[in-house]
Amino acid sequence: MIKFIIRRLLIAIPTILLTITIIFFGLRILPGDPAVAMLGPEASPEAVEALREQMGLNEPLIQQYLAFLMDIVQGDFGDSLISGQSVSTQLFTNFPNTLLLAFTSIFFGCLIGIPLGIVSARKRDTVPDSSIRIVALLGISVPPFLFGIFMILIFSLMFPIFPSMGTGEGFWGQLYHLLLPSITLGLILSAALIRFTRSSMLDEINREYIRTARAKGVPEKLVIYKHVLRNSLIPVVTMIGLYITSLLSGAVLIETIFTRPGLGTLAIDAITNRDFPVLQGCLVLFTLVVQIVNLLVDISYSFIDPKIRPS
Amino acid sequence: MEPTVKKANYYFPEKEKRKRKSPEWEAFKKNKLGVASLVILIIFCLIAIFAPMLMPYDPLAQDMLNRLAGPSADHWLGVDPNGRDILSRIILGSRTSLIVGFGAVLVSSLIGFGIGMIAGYKGGRLDDIVMRFLDSIMSIPLLLFGVMVVVALNSSMLTLIIAIGIGLVPGCARVARGSTMELKEKEFIKSAISMGASDIRILLTHILPNITGALLVISTLHMTTVIMVEASLSFLGVGIQPPTPTWGNMIQDGFNFVRDQPGIAIYPGIALIIVSVSFNVLGDAIRDAVDPHIKKQRN
Amino acid sequence: MAQNDMNNTLLKVKDLKKHYPIKKGILGGEIGAIKAVDGVSFEVKRGETFSIVGESGCGKTTTGMCLNNLIEPTSGEIYFNDKQVSFRQKKDFQEVRKNMQVIFQDPYSSLNPKHSIQRIISEPLVINKMGTKSEIEDRVQSLIRLVGLDSYHLNRYPHELSGGQKQRVGIARALALNPDLIICDEPVSALDVSIQSQILNLFEELQEKFNLTYIFISHDLSVVEHISDRVAVMYLGKIVEQGTREEIFNDPKHPYTQALLSSVPVAKPKSKNNRTRIVLEGDPPSPQNPPSGCHFHERCPVKIEACKKAYPDMREVNNLHKVACHLVSENLSITTQ
Repeated sequence: MIKFIIRRLLIAIPTILLTITIIFFGLRILPGDPAVAMLGPEASPEAVEALREQMGLNEPLIQQYLAFLMDIVQGDFGDSLISGQSVSTQLFTNFPNTLLLAFTSIFFGCLIGIPLGIVSARKRDTVPDSSIRIVALLGISVPPFLFGIFMILIFSLMFPIFPSMGTGEGFWGQLYHLLLPSITLGLILSAALIRFTRSSMLDEINREYIRTARAKGVPEKLVIYKHVLRNSLIPVVTMIGLYITSLLSGAVLIETIFTRPGLGTLAIDAITNRDFPVLQGCLVLFTLVVQIVNLLVDISYSFIDPKIRPS
Repeated sequence: MEPTVKKANYYFPEKEKRKRKSPEWEAFKKNKLGVASLVILIIFCLIAIFAPMLMPYDPLAQDMLNRLAGPSADHWLGVDPNGRDILSRIILGSRTSLIVGFGAVLVSSLIGFGIGMIAGYKGGRLDDIVMRFLDSIMSIPLLLFGVMVVVALNSSMLTLIIAIGIGLVPGCARVARGSTMELKEKEFIKSAISMGASDIRILLTHILPNITGALLVISTLHMTTVIMVEASLSFLGVGIQPPTPTWGNMIQDGFNFVRDQPGIAIYPGIALIIVSVSFNVLGDAIRDAVDPHIKKQRN
Repeated sequence: MAQNDMNNTLLKVKDLKKHYPIKKGILGGEIGAIKAVDGVSFEVKRGETFSIVGESGCGKTTTGMCLNNLIEPTSGEIYFNDKQVSFRQKKDFQEVRKNMQVIFQDPYSSLNPKHSIQRIISEPLVINKMGTKSEIEDRVQSLIRLVGLDSYHLNRYPHELSGGQKQRVGIARALALNPDLIICDEPVSALDVSIQSQILNLFEELQEKFNLTYIFISHDLSVVEHISDRVAVMYLGKIVEQGTREEIFNDPKHPYTQALLSSVPVAKPKSKNNRTRIVLEGDPPSPQNPPSGCHFHERCPVKIEACKKAYPDMREVNNLHKVACHLVSENLSITTQ
């Protein structure tokens, strides 16, 4: 078991390194001078040159890359070009907000998605099943920002139940402000979850051992909840883990729509201001989170599912 | 060389070369939802192609007097904050969505299927390295990947197509790799090897025709992804720049006036949803038609 | 049938090995190997049918696949037509492969479902550029008749044919290149018994017509008895006994062969020379960790002390019959009954 975890960790490290490398060279090798991009086309050549010097752009690429890696290992992402604040500080003040949004969305997503998926699978090819499937299909086809607008329109403007922007004051205020964004994102996640739970359940229901259990006279409820559900939820857990990438993309958009501070708004601001160090920091943090979540999923998987545990 | 067992039954009911009826197409035709979505998508493609003839107004012309006007007989879907006819803009915007959609899917398919098939067929170290590399790309959210490339280069349509296309390569490669690995163990592949067929011949004539179904499914589903990402980028202001209408930047224009005139954001949103739902339904329908495993479940 | 060129050796295999490494640990270090094929040697003469029999997992299919490099052997030498085949040089074995076609077990997966029968049979000809388009078409026409199908079958697709018909197509495809040797990997096991005999008869007819050589891999002893000239019995990656069909079936020496033969149902159960049923206990041991000494000794009903210590050498009983068993080496009589 410990061997497996160590091995998995050793696999994760090169992947993370590779991703960081892609980000670094992606932002640098592409044509276009970041200094010009930041200062705008009207900037004087002296100003561009000064900025290049300041950003270390005049060093050889490999040297820049190594310096960049060393800085990351020390948790140093440089300073924002706009506010002059350290990027790591900005990341750490904004990250908890995004994390909170992500977690509450997963909570709502599971709360809605998994039960509906089970119902859909159990009542296969009936009216409830069809309606659930149509709703789920809509859910995976609507871009998060559009869905966010619909939610604001309905729950903030037509029926002013929830606030449409900001984070709120105090615990209850914050929770109140968090509710609509996380339900929005959670509903999108639940659409994917419904589809996945349903097909995973149907896969399992058709297995021989389920037929055997039924033939033995095990009550249908017990068959579903003890045998089918347990085995079909394993892939669902993985799917939630893999969905973290889309969830983060969704969070970026939802944060923008609801004007909530977070990694998403930070990244978008960085893009509009051409603030390269901040954008770079956001991207690196995103990939780290994705990799860590994948790692956790794999490890938890090996606890749940003895089949993949290495001998 | 006479056949060994031979009776005088020289009837040749199928002597003429018959065109093979594809069982997949037959199965697809029975799926009403799938056919309906295909029809809708063809209509949208026609709208995009003949957009200049169909637009009632010049989508860039500003009529400031009618600014923010609701739907009327003159302007069926109303007028946007800059006094431009919304219907005309939606019609022209369909071009952006579909061109970026087909373009990016084409890019990702050409690269991704190639890489995936070779990695799956060759296996071993090459496979390990390629998949590790693709996993790394995959862990960058597609939206941010698009943002990164567009910011570093520019926000032309071609950049968008390439950026989103490359972002989808890992997904394509995974599907192609998985199907190839499954097929590689089949005996007809081994038989082709023992006849002396080259790797390229095996990949193109033996593996590709047998995995086109799976590849078509992922490409169709990717259309939705591309259209959604393109709209999201436009919405964030890093996609194709105004005044060129795209559904994404139209929704953004409308978002600022959502209290006064929600239609400005909603109508292009509905067009977007219709197209992306249709691609998803079509993808599901193709999957059902080509995957006998799922077909069995239905019965 | 092959008496006149009995001495003409077509294929010679020397000490063929295929070991699959087992990797373990954080760095994936090699900790052992599964010895699927572990030092197999035999000779096949032109025009004969040489069968390899054994339980599933004994390495008989791996041996067959190693012969034309569908599985790359770990070590060993293969001589085809007195020329050594080098598996490192692609050109070298491509040439040999043309003369060494394979017929597979599962007719359902051995034909490309997206290709018409016409295309399947012409594929080897097209790949090896054997003639013009019309020449190839003529050749395909004659091949399809040769295996007892009609020309209208050529426009069909594999899913429209029955299992037996598919296997006939597989045979036509294997014959297309005029090979000297055909490796038949359980070619009839997936077919109904009634179809089996038709296909076996087809094999024999074709052999007579074209002086073909077969390597026939099977677990079905009654099929092997029907078709073989010579037989090799494999157990856990090694050949334990080999000889002519008569020697193996009438006078088996190795206790494992005796046990195998005793499991075959007999037509006349009450006849005199009925074999007594020998029931082996336990499963074949893992090829990753074979027992010391003779691999068979744990299950052998007549084992002696020597069996636990050393693997027995291959001894000639007579010039038609070889066996690897200590009891034979020490001239003890083997009667498992």
